[in-house]
Amino acid sequence: MKEERKHKKAKKYGMVIDLDKCTGCGACMVACMAENNVPFRADESDKLLSITWMRVYKLTNGEPFPKTDVCYLPRPCMHCEGHGGHSPCVSVCPAIATDYSAETGIVSQIYTRCFGCRYCMASCPYHARYFNWWDPVWPDGMEKYLSPNVSPRMRGVVEKCSFCFHRYQLAKEKAFMEGRREVDEDEYQTSCTQACPAGAITFGDLNNPRHAVYKKKKDPNAFRLLERLGTNPKVYYLSSREWVRWAGDNYLADEGKLKKAMHHG
Amino acid sequence: MDSALIPKGVKRCPLWQFVLFVGAVGVVLLWGVYAMLLCWIKGLNQTNMNDFYGFALWIWADLTVIALGGGAFFTGLLRYIFGKEVLKNIINYAVLIGFICYSSALLILAYDVGQPLRGWFIFWHANVHSMLTEVAFCLTCYFGVLTIEFIPLILENRLINRVRFFHHLGHNMHEIMAVFAATGAFLSFFHQGSLGGVPGVLFGRPFAFREGLFIWPWTFFLFTWSAAACGPCFTILITKITEAVTRKKLVKDDAVELLAKISGWMILTYIIAKTIDTLYWATVTVPSKGFALEFFYSNNPLYGYWILFAEIVICGFVPAAILIFKKGRKNPVTLWIAVILAVVGVCLNRWAMVLQVMAAPVLTFESWVMYFPSWQEIATTILPVAYGIILIAIAHRYLPVFPNEPELNPLETIIAEEQEPEEAEAEPLVDQEQELKPAEA
Amino acid sequence: MFPFNFEWIWDMSHMVFMGGLWYALNIIGLGMTYCIIKAVIDASKEKDNNHH
Repeated sequence: MKEERKHKKAKKYGMVIDLDKCTGCGACMVACMAENNVPFRADESDKLLSITWMRVYKLTNGEPFPKTDVCYLPRPCMHCEGHGGHSPCVSVCPAIATDYSAETGIVSQIYTRCFGCRYCMASCPYHARYFNWWDPVWPDGMEKYLSPNVSPRMRGVVEKCSFCFHRYQLAKEKAFMEGRREVDEDEYQTSCTQACPAGAITFGDLNNPRHAVYKKKKDPNAFRLLERLGTNPKVYYLSSREWVRWAGDNYLADEGKLKKAMHHG
Repeated sequence: MDSALIPKGVKRCPLWQFVLFVGAVGVVLLWGVYAMLLCWIKGLNQTNMNDFYGFALWIWADLTVIALGGGAFFTGLLRYIFGKEVLKNIINYAVLIGFICYSSALLILAYDVGQPLRGWFIFWHANVHSMLTEVAFCLTCYFGVLTIEFIPLILENRLINRVRFFHHLGHNMHEIMAVFAATGAFLSFFHQGSLGGVPGVLFGRPFAFREGLFIWPWTFFLFTWSAAACGPCFTILITKITEAVTRKKLVKDDAVELLAKISGWMILTYIIAKTIDTLYWATVTVPSKGFALEFFYSNNPLYGYWILFAEIVICGFVPAAILIFKKGRKNPVTLWIAVILAVVGVCLNRWAMVLQVMAAPVLTFESWVMYFPSWQEIATTILPVAYGIILIAIAHRYLPVFPNEPELNPLETIIAEEQEPEEAEAEPLVDQEQELKPAEA
Repeated sequence: MFPFNFEWIWDMSHMVFMGGLWYALNIIGLGMTYCIIKAVIDASKEKDNNHH
């Protein structure tokens, strides 16, 4: 119990994604859509209208063959902390439909509170926020396969990755029933983490030294996307390749041998 | 037929001509209403917005009409607070234009949000840290002020004014109008500024982000300043267009010239501030985030340095230079050019601060995304224009919008002019006289 | 918007922001109330004068 109290201070759930391990299979995207009842349309060819809480980008180093190198980069919501919880999206929402939890560090989205002004989408540099341009239409019989733990969203509201927050709630309930205050690392894992066949995604409390992410985020090859903007994201990436690490942020020409990564698809 | 409603001492076109004009514009209005209903019934999938363009044409239109409607608060401030008496000849029209602009902005917001029925959440569950909350609050309050400023004009309609209560109400409202005008100026300062804060606080979007004073980014002050500078130009432009359409002089030159002069100095000071802001942003803010200025003006089919040049030089320094000199603002041609340029300038600024922000990539592995609005978006953006034209037409016909009109266009002269070409056209003159009778009664 | 909304916190931001809002609303509301009441009184006075 004493040990548990020690970590009762604020949690900061986050991810470390090892890009050297990611094969770009897309299992994380599929798992996320299934887990979170993410709606889709018959024709998903226009990616500017696709809702992908977890999206895998394909990066190349822009070099000609045989120096061509490819990297796949999964991008969930970064659950930015900003400065003191002022993540880019949270502070702009006019109706407090999105909030930064000081308890977990998770940026929530309250679908029934959102009235669809899309200011949060404009504020997010990661394009991690998606608008429901249509009402969700599930293929016949699929309603039976929807997760009962996640409410489907209606037309006209914004949605995004929640770090599978419902799983945290379930884990908390279980712990409570068993007389515990704390949730173990393996009790709360996001669906993308569990679905990744290469084990590229690690999830846990960034503040908890007993969690794997705590050590991994300190890896010399660790970086975050667009750190220079001050968004203070909670998703870390690992890559042994320098050009990939450079692709994580914008640099002036004289700041180093920046090689712009090219996005193909 | 409607002569009892027409103000004393002015001549209006025959009713059939008026109905035909309003009807023609009404068709455009109905087209817009149809598109609006499509958006409400079928949802925002009717637009060409997407997950890169959460803000698009409508938000630009919103920001722009509010800036252009700034003529109302600024003219009101000059007239009621700074006591520029000469502006009393244009204040009614400035208020009417402001009323149209602000009601249009609220209408556009009503179909821009994904869940319009939840619109009241912005008040009820207000996040006091959001610029949009401040915009919504001040905009709604100021629309109330504009309505209050517009009501006395409506009450001056001949038939309405006969009702004792309305007569006194209008009189009383006139008496304490300075209080409302001061409140309006206070509210306007904040919502015009907050609209600038909307892009300015986006620290995740380096193209929009600006440092500032306390909680207010520099765009907060620049937006207020530009609205106060260019809003009166829009008032002058619409006045000139109305004069051209009605083929009558409606406002005395002294009012227009004073407004143009003040506007010129406001534009000059604004554009100097904007230039300093742009230089600071380009040399300090943006490089600190890892971007070179060139990045935002290259590698895309539309946004080049031309937009910056057009906004600051052609539509900034040029109209300012024209308006601050007596010769420039006295010459009708250069006055037209200056007010048009100033209006285009503020439109360009709002476009860049909304659309270019969305277009520019921030992640290194994303690219520029272009956007073209759907016909539904275009129709719903033209809808407020049609509504504005109709409201102006109705107000001009039935309300004494221009206090100078009878003096500038004496009825005897008009009648004499009409009589001159052909004796056979004496008939309308008889009609005119008959129509005038009940007015004099 | 109101202190009974559960989001309401008695902090500086709320007091300044909502203070400004209620200040403006009060001026608009009281101003209009004054105009309307005075208009009713003026109109009825005029009516009385006409009778006499």
